[in-house]
Amino acid sequence: MLSIKNLHASIDGKEILKGINLEVKAGEIHAIMGPNGSGKSTLSAVLAGREDYEVTEGSVTFNGKDLLELSPEDRAREGVFLAFQYPVEIPGVSNINFLKTAINEIRAYKGLEPMEAKDFLALVKEKQKLVELDGKLASRSVNEGFSGGEKKRNEIFQMAILEPKLAILDETDSGLDIDALRIVAGGVNKLKSKDNATIVITHYQRLLDYIVPDVVHILYNGKIVKSGPKELALELEEKGYDFIKEEVGA
Amino acid sequence: MEAGLKTMTIKDSLIAEFESSKNSLFGDLKLREQALEAFSKQGIPGRKSEEYKYVNMELALKGDFKFSSSKKLSTQQIESTQFLKEAIIVVIENGIFSSEHSKINSLPKGLQIINIIDATSNVIFQKHYSKYADINSDAFIALNTAFYSGGVFIRVEKNAVIEKPIHIIHIASASENTILNSRNLIVVEENAQVKIVESYETLDLSAKSFNNVLTEIVVEPNAIVDHFKIQNECELGNLMSTTQAVQKGKSVFSTHTFTLSGSLVRNNLNIVLDGEHIESHLNGLYLTNGNQVVDNHTLVDHREPNCNSNELYKGIIEDKSSATFNGKIYVRKDAQKTNAFQSNKNILLSDDGTINTKPQLEIYADDVKCSHGTSTGKLDADKIFYLRARGLSEASAKKLLMHAFASEVLDGIKGMEELHNYLEERISKRFE
Repeated sequence: MLSIKNLHASIDGKEILKGINLEVKAGEIHAIMGPNGSGKSTLSAVLAGREDYEVTEGSVTFNGKDLLELSPEDRAREGVFLAFQYPVEIPGVSNINFLKTAINEIRAYKGLEPMEAKDFLALVKEKQKLVELDGKLASRSVNEGFSGGEKKRNEIFQMAILEPKLAILDETDSGLDIDALRIVAGGVNKLKSKDNATIVITHYQRLLDYIVPDVVHILYNGKIVKSGPKELALELEEKGYDFIKEEVGA
Repeated sequence: MEAGLKTMTIKDSLIAEFESSKNSLFGDLKLREQALEAFSKQGIPGRKSEEYKYVNMELALKGDFKFSSSKKLSTQQIESTQFLKEAIIVVIENGIFSSEHSKINSLPKGLQIINIIDATSNVIFQKHYSKYADINSDAFIALNTAFYSGGVFIRVEKNAVIEKPIHIIHIASASENTILNSRNLIVVEENAQVKIVESYETLDLSAKSFNNVLTEIVVEPNAIVDHFKIQNECELGNLMSTTQAVQKGKSVFSTHTFTLSGSLVRNNLNIVLDGEHIESHLNGLYLTNGNQVVDNHTLVDHREPNCNSNELYKGIIEDKSSATFNGKIYVRKDAQKTNAFQSNKNILLSDDGTINTKPQLEIYADDVKCSHGTSTGKLDADKIFYLRARGLSEASAKKLLMHAFASEVLDGIKGMEELHNYLEERISKRFE
């Protein structure tokens, strides 16, 4: 589904990603772990198409298409979803209206008719339950005045509505208490299928107790330095990131 | 001599026009003469005038002008400007009250609507007319007071609650450059309530119009007045719109100005809070593009203690257009416990657009809460990216954000669903 080859990216002339290689297949969950400043958020931003970053080398193929050639909206329309680490507040734009616009633009891209209003409302109702999102939050302005946990739940709610092929969760666990974490993880697990894939980016192992990865990658200094089964995350938690530094001889 | 005639300024020709037509004018001629004198002292304010430096009035008034238009519009044309179905319609066609097109035959109890030409002997009219808009304070007030050719006098009697809005439609229509002066007086008596919508339209206009409209509004104790200005003129329309309001104790006056089009639009909005426990709300939205020039000058004059004023003006500026916001707040020595808030926010969408924003607070009382804030920026790149990352095109992301920005002002419209929907639609279309 996703194939990243030798990806280099920089911001303001400073290289952050220094040759990432990653293969993600449908049905898989990959965790990317790494210390602060290792390039985790840069990777998610580059995949989503943030224009502040410059890709200097390498390629990203998504279902046979050159992802880097696509605009952010076309990436979303092709099925890439980024759950933001810091979702922005957009006063005056209602969550529901915005999602309706999004869903219909995605449908138009695929040559489909706009969704009927009643079908859309039914979809909203169903997905709200999934992440236990208060109906009032769903119809309020996007993230305005939401708590940290509500913002993250809203991300997963949007993901549930848009049904992406590839979801990238960028530190979705940061700032979440254990109850919110359970709800968010539960939502992600329910959305999992053999046709979609998830990349979970996190600093801590705890989230992986709830979203169990098939593969764990350790990102360090702009490169994936180690990959392994889910136990790798536990080892990392136990020994701390210093063990990676020693192992790669940094 | 001919060369001399050709260099006659607009001021000279206005004065000459006054002299030749003054015997056919209605109303208080002495007052008109005083006003003309005040006008000739002040002249058309040029770019050096502090109050008019960002809006080129001399350019708008360049060329030869007529002082009336004989163009008659059809009922169908006029009806095209009636965007409220449930409203009492008053049509001011080329500066003159149109009894043919106004619909004031069966008015609710407590409401009087009179052609201003027929109102000059009315006692209430005489009590208030020209008592608030000072001819020595502004050239266009003076010009209007000297020249006004028509308009409407509206009186809402004590305790009357008028449910339907009164929609005053100002229409300019001409085939030669024309200066129009219309004048309205609205008196809302004690404990009465009314909603007034003034819209400014141009129809079948093939030369420049300069519409100098002055409305005085008197809000007596405990009265509640909702006032709206919807400015819809075409590229040939130049609008000078003065609203002079005076509020008495415990009254509430909310005024909303929506500038959607027009070549040049200058709004002078002056509110005097002449009593205690008064509430004033000033909302404004201006969406400018092309070479449009829009200038909002507001003045809130707190004269007595325990009053609240709240002002929010927002603008979106595109292309080479220019927008100005100048908001003065006076808090006089006696006006203790005043709360006065002001905010002006702008989005600049182009490199060639201009925004001038100037809050001016003059506070002479020591126990007050006053604040002002102003911001000018582009659309937030992080918000655009967030929306695009969900599949919205860049254009629809921007549209959504502009709409959200404007909706804060739109949402200030309470209990006027039809008007809200009309503006909502107009604004949405604008962002297409």
